[in-house]
Amino acid sequence: MGWFENGWGLSLIVFLPLVGAAVLLAVPRARETAIKAIALGFAAASFAVSVIVTILFDFGTAGYQFGTNKSWIPAIGSYFHVGVDGISLPLVVLSTFITLLCVIYSWNHWPEPHNPKAFLVLMLILATGMAGTFVALDLVLFFIFFELVLLPMYFMIGIWGDRNPMRLPGFRKPVETRLYAAIKFFLFTLFGSAFMLLGFLALYFRSGDAAGAGRTFDIEALSALGAEGHFSGTFAFWVFFALFLGFAVKVPMWPLHTWLPDAHTAAPTVGSVLLAAILLKLGSYGFIRIALPILPHEAQRWAPAIAILAVIAIIYGSLACLAQTDMKRLIAFSSVGHMGFVMLGISTLTDVGINAAIVGMVAHGVITGLLFFLAGSIQHRYHTREMARLGGNQKTLPILGGILGFAAMASLGLPGLAGFWGEFMALLAAYNPFAGASLALFRTAMVIGAIGTVLTAGYLLWMLQRVNLGEVPEEWRDKSFHDADRFELGAWVPLVLATLAVGVYPAIVFGATNDSVVDLVQRAFGG
Amino acid sequence: MTINQFLILGSLLFSLGVYGVLVRRNAVAVLLSIELMLAAVNINLVAFGSLLGDTLRTGHIFALFVITVAAAEVGIGLAIVILIFRNRASANVDELDLMKW
Amino acid sequence: MLSFAAWSAAEGGHAGAAGEPSGFLGVLAQGAWLIPVVPLLAVGLIVLFGKRLPLKGWELAEGALVFVGLYGAALLIGNWVDPFAFERHVEIARIGVLPGGHDLVLEWGWVVDGLSTMMYFVVGVVGSFVFTYAKGYMKGDVRFTWFFAAFSLFAGGMLVLVSSPNTIQLIVGWELVGVASYLLIGHWWEDHANNAAAIKAFLVNKVADVGLFIGVIISGLVVGSFRFTDLLDAVEAGDSALADVGVWVGLALFIGAMGKSAQWPFHVWLPDAMAGPTPVSSLMHAATMVTAGVYLLGRMFPFYQAEGFGAGLKPLILVIGALTLFLGGLLALVQDDIKKVLAYSTVSQLGYMTAAMGAGAYTAGLFHLFTHAFFKGLLFLAAGSVIHAVHSNNMSDMGGLRKAMPKTYWTFLIGSLALAGIVPLAGFWSKDEILASLAYDGQHGGGGLATFVLVLALAGAFVTAFYMARTVNLTFFGKYKGQAHLHESPRVMTYPLIGLAALAAVGGLVNMPGWFTAFTSWLAARAHPIVEHHASGLNWGLAALGTLAALAGIAAGTALFGRDRATQRERDRFRIPVLYPLLEHKYYLDDLYDYGLVRPIRGPLARAANWSNNVIIDGAVNAFGVVARRLASLVYGGFDQRGIDLGINAAAAAAGEAGGALRRVQTGKVQQYAAALFLGAVALVVGFLIFT
Repeated sequence: MGWFENGWGLSLIVFLPLVGAAVLLAVPRARETAIKAIALGFAAASFAVSVIVTILFDFGTAGYQFGTNKSWIPAIGSYFHVGVDGISLPLVVLSTFITLLCVIYSWNHWPEPHNPKAFLVLMLILATGMAGTFVALDLVLFFIFFELVLLPMYFMIGIWGDRNPMRLPGFRKPVETRLYAAIKFFLFTLFGSAFMLLGFLALYFRSGDAAGAGRTFDIEALSALGAEGHFSGTFAFWVFFALFLGFAVKVPMWPLHTWLPDAHTAAPTVGSVLLAAILLKLGSYGFIRIALPILPHEAQRWAPAIAILAVIAIIYGSLACLAQTDMKRLIAFSSVGHMGFVMLGISTLTDVGINAAIVGMVAHGVITGLLFFLAGSIQHRYHTREMARLGGNQKTLPILGGILGFAAMASLGLPGLAGFWGEFMALLAAYNPFAGASLALFRTAMVIGAIGTVLTAGYLLWMLQRVNLGEVPEEWRDKSFHDADRFELGAWVPLVLATLAVGVYPAIVFGATNDSVVDLVQRAFGG
Repeated sequence: MTINQFLILGSLLFSLGVYGVLVRRNAVAVLLSIELMLAAVNINLVAFGSLLGDTLRTGHIFALFVITVAAAEVGIGLAIVILIFRNRASANVDELDLMKW
Repeated sequence: MLSFAAWSAAEGGHAGAAGEPSGFLGVLAQGAWLIPVVPLLAVGLIVLFGKRLPLKGWELAEGALVFVGLYGAALLIGNWVDPFAFERHVEIARIGVLPGGHDLVLEWGWVVDGLSTMMYFVVGVVGSFVFTYAKGYMKGDVRFTWFFAAFSLFAGGMLVLVSSPNTIQLIVGWELVGVASYLLIGHWWEDHANNAAAIKAFLVNKVADVGLFIGVIISGLVVGSFRFTDLLDAVEAGDSALADVGVWVGLALFIGAMGKSAQWPFHVWLPDAMAGPTPVSSLMHAATMVTAGVYLLGRMFPFYQAEGFGAGLKPLILVIGALTLFLGGLLALVQDDIKKVLAYSTVSQLGYMTAAMGAGAYTAGLFHLFTHAFFKGLLFLAAGSVIHAVHSNNMSDMGGLRKAMPKTYWTFLIGSLALAGIVPLAGFWSKDEILASLAYDGQHGGGGLATFVLVLALAGAFVTAFYMARTVNLTFFGKYKGQAHLHESPRVMTYPLIGLAALAAVGGLVNMPGWFTAFTSWLAARAHPIVEHHASGLNWGLAALGTLAALAGIAAGTALFGRDRATQRERDRFRIPVLYPLLEHKYYLDDLYDYGLVRPIRGPLARAANWSNNVIIDGAVNAFGVVARRLASLVYGGFDQRGIDLGINAAAAAAGEAGGALRRVQTGKVQQYAAALFLGAVALVVGFLIFT
């Protein structure tokens, strides 16, 4: 299928949801079943195409496949260059998969104010943005998709988010959580992205020769230039800093993480899931795809700092978790901790480390996505996220409680489940970082990271104790709750199976990523 | 007669006009001051036109334009002021601040 | 993408001290991957279908364990007939390029050699008994089916652990049993205290697991492979890279072992773990899970014997083992809760096993693991039988049960005697072998330290016998002090007791030095030769000393507790009971024992041990939790919310204020706008004139 392999396959994955959104706009708001069916169809179609791409993918080669490189904006030299390789393939599949599960979950779980049409339109646009970021190989194209995800998420949080007022130090009046969180998320991320754009432009202008010829936004071309050492000195330092800001806010790296807890607690369930499962991966993916190959020498200079920040995130995230009273906020801080392991893996600049980071990303996406689904369902039934008021959930809702227990075990890195590989391989990679790195620093980071796993276990088990175990509190004893219904299970069971599958047979991810990662590291750092 | 005398006359009149536009409170007075400014501009134009003495008589023609535009403008301006006066019983420009923050 | 080819591309075994099995044995060895898989499958089946089955899922669990037991027995017999060492690997991922050229390979696999078959046998046989017992014990429990699912998860995890040919799979099994332990200790989670004990067990183990992770990471990266055989090959070849980090690897792995095997100071979780149902205490916290650390030391034995690698840690292992065995034993003296007595006894016996490993006695330590599984497992089950009848854990609510519960009494007695080390019961042989190896090590390499540990071990034998005698007396003798209606436990509970008692009686006969040492040859069937000293015959002197110590302990315990004490409160001091005129003479003897021997030990010494245990160590453990929570709220509230976030919000507020100030320019008054225009124009003109 020539047309499929030459870019149309990927374009289908990216733009089918957008087409779906357009179709949905034409459907009247009242015809809910039609709307839901259309959205499900397009999400499923996008997922199906990504599965087909996976089946047809040639594992064992390192280059970009299914790509195309068409002239798009000649005035600035930007091309519609898309392609997928072993690094982006798992992430593309993850994003279409989670989107599909979100549509399934949403079938009869709508946040207030009830507007399935608008919600699904936004979700589909978000899907386009997410998938597009992972396949874009041109900086302008990447930037467009990177920013495209902000708007739907902003509206999702701002309109359908938590309406409770919150008091903040420094603000005179209490403000609705959703409004505060949405604006904070949007502006904070945009702040980073603004600098990232500057970095992109700087790379563009520097990529050509003195006369201005040969300038390019193409990631492949820029990576080749970067490997030759074309970008160096103070220029490289500031550009890396700019890129770092943009990606670090999205990861989120400590100390640029404070938007995450607010965004997660305020967002509706599906919004939290998409935010945690996919949007967080855009940042670390940006590091691997753009920052490392184009500025390898600079990456080596920054790696110790990134490792330190990653370890701080692990410990800090875990400690903050222990202080939380709000269940979703606890899971949000756990994301800070888990992405710390991912960034630790990346900071080693080795193939083991980057492999570990990607499997960590996939594992985190599946596991934390599941956790947020569960937290959302708990909030939906109990109308509270305060763990002090919850309790005995295992008695009240056995199936939901059981899956919550499973998800917590997966999140604390139980071997046999996906999360273990992310954590363990990152620690393994930290023992042997890139040539020339400070062994003492990285090995200390390894030890501290290992200690961090103890804290992780601590807060997750403590959360389970508060929420799932013990006697059912007075206020819930007489109420009747319905346990997980088929749409919730339809969203959760695939995630449980995926966690088990990757945990037992990690080649599901490593088989895809390894060759591309080895190639990337060899090209950038000379093998 | 030197050109300077006309220019001084023109600038005096213009200054009076500016003063009026900026300071007077009555809307009609403001319009009056605008007319004064336009008159001063006319004097300037004619004076330079005579000085330069070009075949097209650019200065004089332009002055005619200005007179025409001034007439039109003052007609509409006064109509607006009258409407304002009818609605608000006052022609005080200080009270017209609906576009305030 | 899913390279199913990898499933069949399993690599062969390692030819070494023992060869590959052939024929039927070969078939058994090749199919041995079923041993961990069957219980894990049972978990899934029980969770999905258990409630609908006639026996509520128990049949699946018991079936899985019986399968494992029979398989293990078959392998053990086969090993006796034709010693073999066998392993298979299946690749599950291949990553990157390690320094040195080869890829980092992740594999699942299974080992069938002497050490692992012994463990299969123990898990399967003791497990089958315990599961049968549990069917009666857990009858009517609020979560009967789930209990057996979790218990099967434990069995599967333990078997994954002992069948793993590489350190990563070992970690998988290690953590799986940790989770199962958490689930089972906290089985009655309606009461937060049980869950708190479960969390404590999990976290203390997790702390020690930091060491395990680091040891595995360093050894795997330095050697270039995670397989045990490759690691031990490197030791055999004297690999210098590994020797450089040998001490760190050995220390780190030992720390991991200390957590799981409740060595001092990581032992604090084991007594608390008694909050779980008694079958759990029996199988997990006596017979199998806690032995995982000793198993690891056994698996890595050549590493810890090789000079320049792990041999330098042997003194440390000896010391830790000695501390554990002695201090643990003393603590058992002051407990009122019968399960806590047995828990501290387990801690103490694990100390024996560790000390044996530290003295370079592979067979002795693992033999004690073997026998301990039988008699300690038995003791816990019998204690459970008592608890089940009396509805209380405290010995102050018991007494005189031997008439009402004869089978329980006799089996408990056999177990206690075995534990005390009375010939010809199992504990005698294993404990004696440890003593002999400590003596041997004292003269060859272990030096004064080993001899000192030997003395401690003998003293420990006395203490062991003492507290067991106390327990037996307080529980089964004297007058019954409770209110429950007494009855013997049903057959489903007593038959396993009898079975285990039989094993506790004859289990030691498989390794009588000088006569029948099948066990030694079973264990030695490994890919790498085990270098250790084998005694040519029973060390009569030590055997006598050990027996003497045990008998003395039993005598002391019986003498002090054989009689009913009207006021039995042993929290702070051993209270001298009311003197009976008829028994005055005996009392003088009692006084002699009391003041001369027992009081110094049980009073100041034991109390000091208990206090340091509860206040210092456990206090530190609990303080970690409190400090972490306080630090967390400080970091979060003080720093994150008020510090970092305040900066962000301040920037937003500043923008707002600036906006508020600037908008006052918009007055709405046209004249002011015009004035501004005019001034601006003037400024521009002036500027233009000046600057051009």
